[in-house]
Amino acid sequence: MSERVAIEVRDLRIETRAGAAIVEGVDLAVERGSILGLVGESGSGKSTLALGLLGYCQAGLRIARGAVHVDGTDLLALTDAQVRSHRGRDIAYVPQDPQTALSPAQRIGEQIHRILRRHAPERDTPETVALVLQRVGLPADRDFVRRFPHQLSGGQQQRVAIAMAIACEPAVVVFDEPTTGLDVVTQARILDEIRRLSGESDVAMIYVSHDLAVVAEIADRVAVMYGGRFLEEGATADVLQRPLHPYTAGLIDAIPDHRRFAMPRGVPGVAVAVGERPAGCIFEARCALRVPNCAVEEPSLDVVLPGRAVRCFEWERTPPLARPERVEPALAGDAEPLLRIEALSAGYSAGGSTRLVLRDIDLTVARGRSVALVGESGSGKTTLARCIIGLHPPASGAIRLGGEDLAPRARQRSLDARRRIQLVFQNPYDSLNPRQPVGRQTAWPARRLRGLSSTDADGETLRLLDLLRLPARVAQRYPHELSGGERQRVAIARALAAAPDVLVCDEITSALDVSVQAAVLELLAELRSALGLSMLFISHDLGVVAAVADDVLVLDRGEICEAGPARDVLTAPSAEYTRQLVEAAPALEGSDGGGAS
Amino acid sequence: MAEALRSSDGERQPNPFIRFLWRRLAVGVVLAVVVSVVIFAATDLLPGDAAQAILGKTATPEAVEALRVQLGLDRPAVQRYGEWLGGIAQGDLGDSLSTRGPVTEAISGRVVNSLILAGLAALIMIPLSLAIGAYAGTRPGRPGDLVASGTSLVFIAVPEFVTAAFLILILAIGADLLPPVSIVAPGTSPLATPAILVLPVLTLLLASLAHNVRMVRAGVIETMHSPYVQMARLNGLSEREVVFRHGLRNALPPAVQVIALNLQWLIGGIVIVEFVFQYPGVGQLLTQAVALRDIPLVQALAILIAVLYIVINIVTDLLVVLLVPRLRTAGAS
Repeated sequence: MSERVAIEVRDLRIETRAGAAIVEGVDLAVERGSILGLVGESGSGKSTLALGLLGYCQAGLRIARGAVHVDGTDLLALTDAQVRSHRGRDIAYVPQDPQTALSPAQRIGEQIHRILRRHAPERDTPETVALVLQRVGLPADRDFVRRFPHQLSGGQQQRVAIAMAIACEPAVVVFDEPTTGLDVVTQARILDEIRRLSGESDVAMIYVSHDLAVVAEIADRVAVMYGGRFLEEGATADVLQRPLHPYTAGLIDAIPDHRRFAMPRGVPGVAVAVGERPAGCIFEARCALRVPNCAVEEPSLDVVLPGRAVRCFEWERTPPLARPERVEPALAGDAEPLLRIEALSAGYSAGGSTRLVLRDIDLTVARGRSVALVGESGSGKTTLARCIIGLHPPASGAIRLGGEDLAPRARQRSLDARRRIQLVFQNPYDSLNPRQPVGRQTAWPARRLRGLSSTDADGETLRLLDLLRLPARVAQRYPHELSGGERQRVAIARALAAAPDVLVCDEITSALDVSVQAAVLELLAELRSALGLSMLFISHDLGVVAAVADDVLVLDRGEICEAGPARDVLTAPSAEYTRQLVEAAPALEGSDGGGAS
Repeated sequence: MAEALRSSDGERQPNPFIRFLWRRLAVGVVLAVVVSVVIFAATDLLPGDAAQAILGKTATPEAVEALRVQLGLDRPAVQRYGEWLGGIAQGDLGDSLSTRGPVTEAISGRVVNSLILAGLAALIMIPLSLAIGAYAGTRPGRPGDLVASGTSLVFIAVPEFVTAAFLILILAIGADLLPPVSIVAPGTSPLATPAILVLPVLTLLLASLAHNVRMVRAGVIETMHSPYVQMARLNGLSEREVVFRHGLRNALPPAVQVIALNLQWLIGGIVIVEFVFQYPGVGQLLTQAVALRDIPLVQALAILIAVLYIVINIVTDLLVVLLVPRLRTAGAS
């Protein structure tokens, strides 16, 4: 067996210059022809580990301890120059964002040539480059080889990055979130490609991702990272079916799945920060199963079942996965239409001509209903949201709220009309004023749009923060002092401060970790039933849609190609485009236990 | 000429780069014409009258009037402007009031002298600023960088006439290595006595180099932190290749723009430096021409300098487009 092992890591520790561990005590081994998935949320140290596998650290970090054997050679025992001769030849790396990772000033053929020239000069021929491009499903003609990175689509760029990685036929390839920036259909194709390469080229692969559903589709084994450590490791299907660590169980429960209409559940608490790592178990503070010993002693990663390792004293008590069926909100009998969009078209003018990005959109959000608008990037979803709240005047069509026509621009609308529709933006890092305490920002809509006195508005702020499960002291904080999930909840509180009838949510969970996303989704469901709020939920993530929407509209290049109740659209799509989306969306195979061989 | 450019712009041009080139040239010509109007208006129409300026306040009205007729100032301004512009197009810049000979004759030798001075400074400045900037940018915060950055800050803070004074004090008066003034005998080339060029070139160099070094350094620091540089390292490329092909290469477009700004500054800076060293270039000529109220000469020099600015701008734009594939292939509009 051991000669099949292409990479073996022992007791790896990567720390900051100040001595705080980012990665601690990692052991792993991957055989040729097999794929190990590394799953973790932001701050888990997964990307640092991925780079560490190539003996590389970003500025400010250092590898403090351990060994990384690639094809029998310990990279960490070598000089810089020696390690460089292994990187790209024996172990290669595929970056997260190929758009920035490919040098903008070099033709792609040239970039592949340079790697060959460096590591395998005898194979540095146009024929090799053509062959490598063909292996990743790209055209290999002269014209393509002479293109610059910006002339390729995102999917093609990622294929080029993969081609560069396999050019020298390495023993190991490390993929660091290679599909995160891609749409689901492209993502599905790239995953197919990686799986095929793994099958035919006898390479050991390590696939790093925040997305357990993606890893479930591709990895033979999976390791779950948290706070720089492995908490659990095992065959993918086993781990997904019967997680042994409470964190793994929580993570799986948090993943929305468009094939099961279950409500995702958030993992309580906030991820542990670097430098605040406790003496005992790293997950202790957020764990429901903790016992006194957990705070004192750190459990080791022990093999407890054949092929299964877990870092937990109480693993036997980890409950089996049981996700609550989604609670359907009690619908008002009449379901009177509240927001109505009729024959709306909108576009952007460039150089005298207008390019329509939305054509003939009809859409109704009834009181108390939640309508999801699904589409890929570029389908026009965000433009529609901007039209509705009056930031982008439509080319034609009408927007009605409770039977009343709305003016195309927000500043032409009455204060009350503005109050009744509120938007929550995608990115909570950009949508809050960094120079104002968040309490001031949530109080403002209440004062301006509802005419509350400043005292009443402050009271309203506290009530809303409480409703969104944020402590009252958050009101005095500045955005940078809050985590992403907290910021997004502040942004929702700011929208609710206007006491709106309709809440337009534009991809509001896409910048968040899954466990945080689940908490936000749960909260939205509660708010809907508590406040009778109507929602227009814009998302590209079918799992999220399945968790929150009553009705779904699918937007394909500016036109609605399918509409109907969420269950019907997601389980039995009728439009070809919807079928592709549903097919391509990664999902945990979960209960039926299929998945990796 | 502008007509010809515009018509070719309208025709089919397969190469977007060529089209971009034509368009920039056409804009440059239009710009030069606009500048010529401003120069003509400023020197000829606004402050009184050339004849009055030449003869001074004590001249009799008759004498002024006679000179006006002699200089052609009694004709309408539009007509005179047309003649002036037509003359320029044919290479005739008019007659100098002080030398009484053609302006072209008065300035040709001076232009060559100035080009030698600025050209030498530019020739040294460009490669040197790239080298020092790349050196400092690849080791930010380390001793080599601190010396380079610190020194350049000093030279940015000090005006060039102060630098010049210091250099004269130390190298010419103190150490007696070089002549303190750079007088060129009429009819000879400054290249015949290279020693006189050292101090003016060094002054220009020190003043313009510092900005460039800082910009190149900042650009290299940024690109060295980019994902593609990390990627190049993860592909095991040699550090040399990483720095030159990825780091410095992608820092070039912004650096080119700053270098161009400094080339334009050189043209202005040269006026002061030539004055300090009494070097017979256009700068010195310009100050003399202003003092002597030699309006045709002032106009000629001003339009010359303006055209040089425009040319440098066009060349810079083209270079940037050539250096950035995204712009080159998109046909830059």
